[in-house]
Amino acid sequence: MSAHDGTGGDRWEHAERRRRPRRLEDVPGRTEDRIEQGAVVITGICGRLGRRLGRVLHRERPVVGLDRRQFPDRPKDIEHFAIDIRRKKARDLFRHSDIGALVHLGVMHNPRDSHEEHQTWNVVAFQRLLEYVQQYDVPKLVLVSSANVYGPRPDNAQFLTEDAPLLGAGAFSDMRDLVNLDMLTQSFFWKRPRTETVILRPTHILGTVHNAPSNYLRLKVVPTLMGFDPMIQCMHQDDLVHAIRLALRPGVRGIFNVGGPPPLSLSSALRILDRPTLPLPHSVAKLGIERLWRWRMTSFPAPELDFIRYVCMVDDTRARQVLGYAPRFDIEQTLHAVDEERWR
Amino acid sequence: MESRTALARLTDVAANDVIPFAQRVMAGARRSADELALRMLGPNFDDRVRRLKERYSGVGGDPFGLDPDTAKYAVMVCAFFHRMYFRSEVHGIENVPEGRVLLIANHSGQLPLDGAVIGSAMFLDGEPPRMIRAMVEKWAHSLPFVSTFFSRVGQVVGVPENARRLLEMGEMLLVFPEGTRGISKPFARRYQLEEFGLGFMRLAIETDTPIVPVAVIGAEEQYINVGNLRWAARALGMPVFPVMPQLFVPGGQMPLPTKYHLYFGEPMRFSGDPDDDDVVIEEKVWVVKQTIQSMLNRGLKERKGLFF
Repeated sequence: MSAHDGTGGDRWEHAERRRRPRRLEDVPGRTEDRIEQGAVVITGICGRLGRRLGRVLHRERPVVGLDRRQFPDRPKDIEHFAIDIRRKKARDLFRHSDIGALVHLGVMHNPRDSHEEHQTWNVVAFQRLLEYVQQYDVPKLVLVSSANVYGPRPDNAQFLTEDAPLLGAGAFSDMRDLVNLDMLTQSFFWKRPRTETVILRPTHILGTVHNAPSNYLRLKVVPTLMGFDPMIQCMHQDDLVHAIRLALRPGVRGIFNVGGPPPLSLSSALRILDRPTLPLPHSVAKLGIERLWRWRMTSFPAPELDFIRYVCMVDDTRARQVLGYAPRFDIEQTLHAVDEERWR
Repeated sequence: MESRTALARLTDVAANDVIPFAQRVMAGARRSADELALRMLGPNFDDRVRRLKERYSGVGGDPFGLDPDTAKYAVMVCAFFHRMYFRSEVHGIENVPEGRVLLIANHSGQLPLDGAVIGSAMFLDGEPPRMIRAMVEKWAHSLPFVSTFFSRVGQVVGVPENARRLLEMGEMLLVFPEGTRGISKPFARRYQLEEFGLGFMRLAIETDTPIVPVAVIGAEEQYINVGNLRWAARALGMPVFPVMPQLFVPGGQMPLPTKYHLYFGEPMRFSGDPDDDDVVIEEKVWVVKQTIQSMLNRGLKERKGLFF
């Protein structure tokens, strides 16, 4: 009887230990569940891409927004914290709730803001986030970088693989932050192998988003560079949302280039969109854009001209094989997406 | 009154003599242009262009930007050199297998007209018609118009990744392993192959691509190069500065109208480790080089004259 009691007590102790683990990693099988069902924090959720991602993800799992902007028309079950990531308050979010994944979309791209503001916002804020991920054991981190980190160059391979050097900041210093974030995340792979870290490097994202390629294609008359007609690759914004969802699955880690439908030349893209074009010699275009930029009449910085001059396309074989990603929108739908719903 | 009769007379002359004459001249010109086109491009040129388009159909087409509608005109220009100027004879083009293939040829003649002639032979004489893809210097892709032109006619930036991808797509790649050493060699060393680069062999082994050796005869005599001005080349930042006396003769700026003979050899296959030591790869390259050399020697022996 006593022996029986003893074993019973042992069993009880085992069960107790199992129920209240000291450290999260002691529990087998739990990480996958946390990644799949835990809350996902989306930084920069108030951007156009963030809102789209939030609207898709909140149907499947708890979504927490983290953005210093307000999110007025958010779905009721999205919790939103309108705080600056650099503030202490952002830490409380990680401390008090069980976070399954962090998707970092809050990279500031506004070329009008000063370099200091960019640097502190992008790099310091992201470093904070990495600290929180480490401290509060967030099992999944997704950084949406960009294929632009490779940089458009005349000597680029037609399709760049994930191990190509990140030369985007060379000609275009505003890209430096993004390259920095990408590098920080890459070192985070080694610093913290327990967190499944994913870097997505999508090509030109087209849609209602306000990024340079979409804004460029939305122009009434599209200036092109005389004598240059590079092949371009672009993807629909919802394809990127789909890719992020795939990256949030447990077990996925690493760097993925994300491409869209097969590439086409810039001229045929503009033909599909039926836009009038204005070919300019590069020197004239560069000078003109520099002037307009100084007079605050354009939001395109002059170095971005290289994107319509040289090729910068990615090989997304890895995303297709490992992530199971395939674009759902064909090239015409993707291009026409820039004209959709301007009412937003 | 006077002026009216003069005007009437003028109208009369124009209606009865000048316009019919002009029409006859135009018709004759059109007929001879058609004949010329037929002679240059062959009877089934449009059909060949259509078959090429089928190969690169789809919205985006070729991912490297090849556009058959533009390439057509480049082929027409090359065909002038191929059929009219050098009157080249093509031997053994049926040896070129379908699918991925590396054409390895001797390079000569100061201007890369040998590439143009091989390209137009593959398009006009090959079955099925194919575009050759070649690697172009990187700086060419930073020049306006040049970069667009090169990518429209299927020439790509010279980096190994592109070569690999093209072969995996089942394309035909033309490589001159002699490079600038070959194209700018002096007249005295004609038909003696320069040192071959090793990259093509590593590429062929890695992608399991058959190599077709090509011997071009005639190109080596098109410009007579008697030497190389090193200081001028250095001053101008060019790889070589050939000295060609014929450039000072009126009309000598064009290449001499030698007769070209193109010999396509049997496909060769190599296996092994693509990352092997240079010594091992060199042996395999040597085999290819010797094959081309012996094809050259045989072709020179069979040749009846330089210009006919």
